[in-house]
Amino acid sequence: METEDDLCQNNWGNSSSSKLREPVCFTSQHKWEDASILDYEMGMEEEPALQVFDHMKASSGQEHNNNNNGGQVNVDFLQGVRAQAWDPRTMLSNLSFMEEKIHELQDLVHLIVGGGRQDQQQQQHITTDLTSIIIQLISTAGSLLPSVKHNMSTAPGSALFPYPREANNLASQTLNNNSNNNLAQDFDLPKPTIVQERESHVVEEHEMKDEDDVEEGENLPPGSYEILQLEKEEILAPHTHFCTICGKGFKRDANLRMHMRGHGDEYKTPAALAKPNKEAVPGSEPTLIKRYSCPFPGCKRNKDHKKFQPLKTILCVKNHYKRTHCDKSFTCSRCHTKKFSVIADLKTHEKHCGKNKWLCSCGTTFSRKDKLFGHITLFQGHTPAIPLEESKPSAQRGSSACENNTGMVGFNLGSANQESPQPGFMDGKMSFEESFSPLCFDTCNFGGFHEFPRPMFDDSESSFQMLISSACGFSPRNGGGGSVSNTSL
Amino acid sequence: MKKGKQMKGIDLLSEEVVLLIVDLIAENPWDLKSFSLTCKWFYQVEAKHRRTLKPLRAEYLPRILSRYRNTSDLDLTLCPRVTDYALSVVGCLSGPTLRSVDLSRSGSFTAAGLLRLAVKCVSLVEIDLSNATEMRDGAAAVVAEARSLERLKLGRCKKLTDMGIGCIAVGCRKLKRVSLKWCVGVGDLGVGLLAVKCNHIRTLDLSYLPITGKCLHDVLKLQHLEELLLQGCFGVDDDTLKSLTHSSTSLKKLDASSCQNLTQRGLTSLLSGARCLERLDLSHSSSVISLDFASSLNKVSALQSIRLDGCSVTCDGLKAIGTLCISLREVSLSKCVSVTDEGLSSLVMKLKHLRKLDITCCRKLSGVSITQVANSCPLLVSLKMESCSLVSREAFWLIGHKCRLLQELDFTDNEIDDEGLKSISSCVSLSSLKLGICLNITDRGLSYVGMGCSNLRELDLYRSVGITDIGISSIAQGCCHLETINISYCKDITDKSLVSLSKCSLLQTFESRGCPHITCQGLAAIAVRCKRLTKLDLKKCPYINDSGLLTLAHFSQSLKQISVSETGVTDVGLVSLANIGCLQNIAAVNTRGLSPSGVSAALVGCGGLRKVKLHASLRSLLPPTLINHMEARGCAFLWKDNNNNTLQAELDPKYWKLQLEEDNLVP
Repeated sequence: METEDDLCQNNWGNSSSSKLREPVCFTSQHKWEDASILDYEMGMEEEPALQVFDHMKASSGQEHNNNNNGGQVNVDFLQGVRAQAWDPRTMLSNLSFMEEKIHELQDLVHLIVGGGRQDQQQQQHITTDLTSIIIQLISTAGSLLPSVKHNMSTAPGSALFPYPREANNLASQTLNNNSNNNLAQDFDLPKPTIVQERESHVVEEHEMKDEDDVEEGENLPPGSYEILQLEKEEILAPHTHFCTICGKGFKRDANLRMHMRGHGDEYKTPAALAKPNKEAVPGSEPTLIKRYSCPFPGCKRNKDHKKFQPLKTILCVKNHYKRTHCDKSFTCSRCHTKKFSVIADLKTHEKHCGKNKWLCSCGTTFSRKDKLFGHITLFQGHTPAIPLEESKPSAQRGSSACENNTGMVGFNLGSANQESPQPGFMDGKMSFEESFSPLCFDTCNFGGFHEFPRPMFDDSESSFQMLISSACGFSPRNGGGGSVSNTSL
Repeated sequence: MKKGKQMKGIDLLSEEVVLLIVDLIAENPWDLKSFSLTCKWFYQVEAKHRRTLKPLRAEYLPRILSRYRNTSDLDLTLCPRVTDYALSVVGCLSGPTLRSVDLSRSGSFTAAGLLRLAVKCVSLVEIDLSNATEMRDGAAAVVAEARSLERLKLGRCKKLTDMGIGCIAVGCRKLKRVSLKWCVGVGDLGVGLLAVKCNHIRTLDLSYLPITGKCLHDVLKLQHLEELLLQGCFGVDDDTLKSLTHSSTSLKKLDASSCQNLTQRGLTSLLSGARCLERLDLSHSSSVISLDFASSLNKVSALQSIRLDGCSVTCDGLKAIGTLCISLREVSLSKCVSVTDEGLSSLVMKLKHLRKLDITCCRKLSGVSITQVANSCPLLVSLKMESCSLVSREAFWLIGHKCRLLQELDFTDNEIDDEGLKSISSCVSLSSLKLGICLNITDRGLSYVGMGCSNLRELDLYRSVGITDIGISSIAQGCCHLETINISYCKDITDKSLVSLSKCSLLQTFESRGCPHITCQGLAAIAVRCKRLTKLDLKKCPYINDSGLLTLAHFSQSLKQISVSETGVTDVGLVSLANIGCLQNIAAVNTRGLSPSGVSAALVGCGGLRKVKLHASLRSLLPPTLINHMEARGCAFLWKDNNNNTLQAELDPKYWKLQLEEDNLVP
């Protein structure tokens, strides 16, 4: 169940085979875009090139004109899935359809193996069939999800595309993978995925700019916009747009389209690069403005709140949800004090971390001197702390300056190592001076400290942690860092 | 000295009486020394009674402080090297009693030593850490441990930043007087925090700090602020003071001199709230002191002192000041070249209470305005008018006639003559008279002064070439309180003058540079009888040789500064100077008889040396280790390489004056 859930919302760049270094990636369109997916489906015949999941059809069409029915099957499945509520009978028929298809496919593959001759047409055929099987499987699984069933008006519009050229080799693999736990697959991430992660951070940094606070001043009358509410799991999914060819994930469609240019000239046409939504329904009535609601009950950004303030974009929703309702699981590797829930925030902080040389005797650091002096002006008894190397005599007397480093480290370690988190210990800096002696620092140092932060900031792992936290319902921080690092190592 | 007579009845004296005696003789350290050596009881009384110490060597601190257990004021300015150990000795031995420490001339202590001091001396009220150029914020944080500190000087602590001052501001909440002059690392934030945290501050010296008007908003909110010094704060400008609204009834003194970016607008807002301001310093201001500018003073009509040194002033401006601030007691227009007779006359017209007037180098002034000054200001105490060469001789006569209360007169480079001096001599309270480069005066004039001004303490006769032994002897006879005399380049002076001057037993400073006739005999007379001699300039006295210095070394134990450049002194004489414990400065340039080894021996011998001026050729001849050693001891070297061949030309006063005038005319 959980596995299938993950399967719906995550990129499963899966290649458990050691022989195949190329991943077979599947694009999964997210549920919150299903409105537009509808549009895609409607306008599909007219503008095939613009559709993401139509992409395979278009590309394969260039190779072979016989694949039209494959694409059609694809669409049929989608529509079928969408139409169905959770109905055992429909499911049964779906399953039997799949069984039939798999048998057909098996025969075909046997034939190829026996003949030793690989025909392009056959290859294409297998690809198409495989696709439809997978789609069917996923949509069936999706219909089983109670949350999906209750909250979504439509079933997930998922489009999955195997990598065409390798498809025949992968046919059996893919089927196996479907039943595999995809947690395991993630450990074996092949090279391209790592590249993907690195590049995706560049994207993230761009996105940092449009924070969810931007639209604070907006005063839309209620009802003048359409409120969409995404589920927690959807919000926490790392990517929403996937490349149909290499499987790389993106947060924005525009970035995906930019990426696609690298896969061939056909993606460089203005039509391919254009924003799909704008031309999808030309001449139709202007769509209602979309605003988003936070799924967290009681939040001001939740549509049930008295003073509901909607969020402007999906990105706003994501950042808002992570910042406000999630644990801050990313700890700065330099100061070991600051924690973030949005990795981009951490990146921004790390750029400036260590430059916070303005230190108060209470342990608070400031990036700007005037902020420190403002702080000292406000609080009685607080005094500027002179950096350690400069004030040896004061350090000898155990006055303010020297405690900060050890204190901070100790504090962080404590949270990382703790089996059962103590409230009050976890959530403030007020206790660290008393709670941690240098001794404590030493012991912690040999414990989980070295194991913990490194994977946290290893980019390839971060998405994985997100996955765990959303799937299993605990975050690395409150569930104990030890368990996470155990799984990840 | 007289204690021998009292020896018999000594037990009859009560301790109170003895203490009274101690107080009376405390003025002269030698008397006090004799007193304490009289008997054990006197020794103990003196040790118990003494509060102030100014030791010569930090090495003796353990012994000194264990003798004087009640020391409250410790002045270490004579000790160039005060180590952390010495400071911890101070902390241990006189920790509870110590109230003030002066470390402004001492080096080689660190934060660790200061920490001992700050922690042990619980009642420390005053500390002077000026010139601790290596002091960093860490040390400042240590100073902040002295919680009871009220007076703090940190002049020229250039490595101090806002952080250190912040620590002090938080730690020493009782601060009343703070000087941060030349702490160029301290900015708005530090000063602002100081003003917020230490609200007892009365005097704040922020001279030459890179502050802007921003922190002044906080500073001027200080309830008790009386003195604010902003000399050379280039960051203080009109814009940052624009929004300043304050009403400080306590502010008495404001020094905004050399604030180049402060003009009338900023000054008006600065002065608008300072209704009780008494002293204002606007020296070297960039703006012209015009009528408009003077109008910004109308809020501070209680002003008693104004300094406009080096400003360009207009006649209207001065007139307006004279009408607005009639209670002015002190006016300084030094080097205001644009001051005219009309301007000065209209300024002093109504200033009946004027006590001090400084018109140094106001070269346009003539007798008219001086006559006006003499007539309008009968209470004048101090008049400085160096280089007012156009002032006629009659004007001086009038000054002496009208201003009988004069105490301080500077007539350097003026046309005053014997008649003028005769009139001046009627000012019986005159204590300082400067007659340098007054070529018109003769022995007759000086004899009037000698007869009339019995309180004279300072006499300057630099290059007044009309003076001979007769004039000097009449001065020596009449002015027995004389402390400072300068007879440099008075070429006719001989040993007779020195012998007669030796009657002035209080003589401290004797300058006889360029007197070719004086010899060791005259010097011996001075050395033997003037026990307090501290400063001696014998440069260009070719007949001065080793025997003179040997006498000095034997008798003048108070000598701190000596110049024997271009004399006949050799190694023997120089080495003998090592006998003088307090000797700090030696200048021996172009003294032919000196060899490198002799100089080395003298340098090593004089333990308290601070400054040595030598010929540059010696630099390579002296062992480098010696130079390093001396520098580590706190001694600075000055290497001079000018081979002065113009000796004869310099000695000729007419030639010298001609040269000077030519130089003046060229620009």
